[in-house]
Amino acid sequence: MLYFSDLLPYSDLFFSGLMTTVELTILTTFLGIALGTSCATIKQYGHHLAKRLVTTYVELIRNTPFIVQLFFIFFGLPSIGFKLSPWEASVIALTINLGAYSTEIIRAGLNNIGKGQIEAAKVLGLNFRQMLVHVIFIPAFEKIYPALTSQCVIVMLGSAVISQISVEDLTYAANLVQSRNFRAFESYFVTAFLYLGLSVLLRFAFNLLGKRLFAFREAR
Amino acid sequence: MIEFSNLDIIRNLLFATQWTILLSLAAFIGGTSVALALTAMRLTGNSAMNMVVRVYVEIFQGTPLLMQMFICFFGLSILGYEISAWSAAILSLTFFTSAFLVEIWRGCIDTLPKGQWEASRCLGLGFLQTLRHIILPQAIRVATAPTVGFSVQVIKGTALASIIGFVELTKVGTMLNNATFEPFKVFSLVAIIYFLLCYPLSWYSKVLEKKFNVSR
Amino acid sequence: MSLVDLHQVHKYYGDFHVLKGIDLSINAGEVISIIGKSGSGKSTLLRCINGLEAYQKGGIVVDGNEVTSEDVQVRRLALSVGMIFQNFNLFPHKTVGENVMLAPTIVLKKSKAEAEKIARNMLEKVGLAEKFDNYPDTLSGGQQQRVAIARALAMSPKVLLCDEITSALDPELVGEVLKVLETLAEEGITLILVTHEMNFAREVGNRVVFMHQGKVWEEGDPKVLLTNPQTDELKQFLGAVL
Repeated sequence: MLYFSDLLPYSDLFFSGLMTTVELTILTTFLGIALGTSCATIKQYGHHLAKRLVTTYVELIRNTPFIVQLFFIFFGLPSIGFKLSPWEASVIALTINLGAYSTEIIRAGLNNIGKGQIEAAKVLGLNFRQMLVHVIFIPAFEKIYPALTSQCVIVMLGSAVISQISVEDLTYAANLVQSRNFRAFESYFVTAFLYLGLSVLLRFAFNLLGKRLFAFREAR
Repeated sequence: MIEFSNLDIIRNLLFATQWTILLSLAAFIGGTSVALALTAMRLTGNSAMNMVVRVYVEIFQGTPLLMQMFICFFGLSILGYEISAWSAAILSLTFFTSAFLVEIWRGCIDTLPKGQWEASRCLGLGFLQTLRHIILPQAIRVATAPTVGFSVQVIKGTALASIIGFVELTKVGTMLNNATFEPFKVFSLVAIIYFLLCYPLSWYSKVLEKKFNVSR
Repeated sequence: MSLVDLHQVHKYYGDFHVLKGIDLSINAGEVISIIGKSGSGKSTLLRCINGLEAYQKGGIVVDGNEVTSEDVQVRRLALSVGMIFQNFNLFPHKTVGENVMLAPTIVLKKSKAEAEKIARNMLEKVGLAEKFDNYPDTLSGGQQQRVAIARALAMSPKVLLCDEITSALDPELVGEVLKVLETLAEEGITLILVTHEMNFAREVGNRVVFMHQGKVWEEGDPKVLLTNPQTDELKQFLGAVL
């Protein structure tokens, strides 16, 4: 028998966990995309040594598990003098993780911008920064927006792991509740659905933003 | 307290790596089998079956792998189905892998021109014949690179099994960390081993992709 | 002094010698048509004039400034040299008006109101005032090219470089673009065109430059040159295009 009603007394716990996950997701999605955009720009237009550095970062992150990255940052870095709170370690780990994946994705978008667009910007007198901001970024993001959205959802779901360094996120709440009322199945089942809701919501938010950013698409 | 030399640490980690590899293989085999079945369901064109696959993908791509593992491990055992960490890990990794693979493969099949189906129909081939002789050989060519690429996600996914107590690379890493208090060294080594497992696959996937793009 | 001055310009792509010592000087208000087979170096020449391509030997002076291909130089040149491309290269995510206003606002630092006034004027000039709020993808090729002209004009350049600007257009759309150019020529803007439109070169141009194998093979008054070519190469070329 399932006793979902046994979860009701703990709804405050679930809610605060949910809010932590939402907060962390919003923060690291912005930071991660910013990092990815910078790295992708370096990889596309930068000096070849800088490109090498970015490639190394991207490959290191993409080929190791997030949980190991998190443990390395939270347990490993303090031992060489960088003391971090669980929250800080999580923000850094998630940002670095999303940054690496989005570098590859955004780079593909930059690659898609025709040489003609760049030349048009040059002959109008735009400098490199102005060209990126006004000419390149929006069309580049339009091309890879669905892939970027999926990656952000994947990283958000991956954030469940930060409960292991006792950040009081949604998964942490689920663990706490089941340890108190011994309703593991119910607790995790409900939590899974809350995450599913977050995925849907995150996609929805991205779509909404996309509609504004890429209004020109509607005209076609 | 037992003293651990560097060599001891590495030996223990390498031993645990075997379990990571084994778990990855099991999950990958399980995942591809289920994904094949789901793909077959999709290809029948039956809308109910299609719906089932879509919901499956939505659920397992939309929830954390860790939560799936918790439900399989703690959840099922409390419901009276005793299940080991090993089985729970394989079960949840199979869900996870198949949900992503079925979507990856869908993309591959969709890239094949619609004309291929129609042309085969005109030649009098049945559904299964078309699938076997026309669609699959082409789809497999397109799908190999992303599938190899996804195997990297499976290997990394197995690290979560450490949380439900399955003793593999990450778990032994945390155990060694608790014993040696040298997290920087231990987790660096753990990361390096994962990298050595994953990077060749990532690299090979890129090579395949390039080869495929050239041959097209 | 002439507005654009090329002196013994040499350009290589690796081992390939594209421009073999070009001498050319263009006065303010002239309309110059550069003709020649593809691969003769005519587009490359044009792109050297505004620094999009580097050249290896010789010198180019535009409006008193030496042209090198440093990025900064391209930007400074942009103030006196405008360019229009074969494929329009409008920014797809910006409306027609925004396309034209972009450089005046962020390069010339004009106020938004001022830039909008300029943009509306320029679009009026090319006959597309009513398309101000449309996106480029909704316009025909000819319309897009006219927007590109307006966009270049908004920077009030002294010279306008046109790189085969009618080649990507359907035949029935060529006329509207050429008509805009003709108006500009009448107003006295300096035009340097790489073109296949011999009629335009003859009727509107002051001078035709025929390029062959990286050299200026023949140049002179269009009416004379096009009816009475001196070299076999030009005869052959004209025979093929006319």
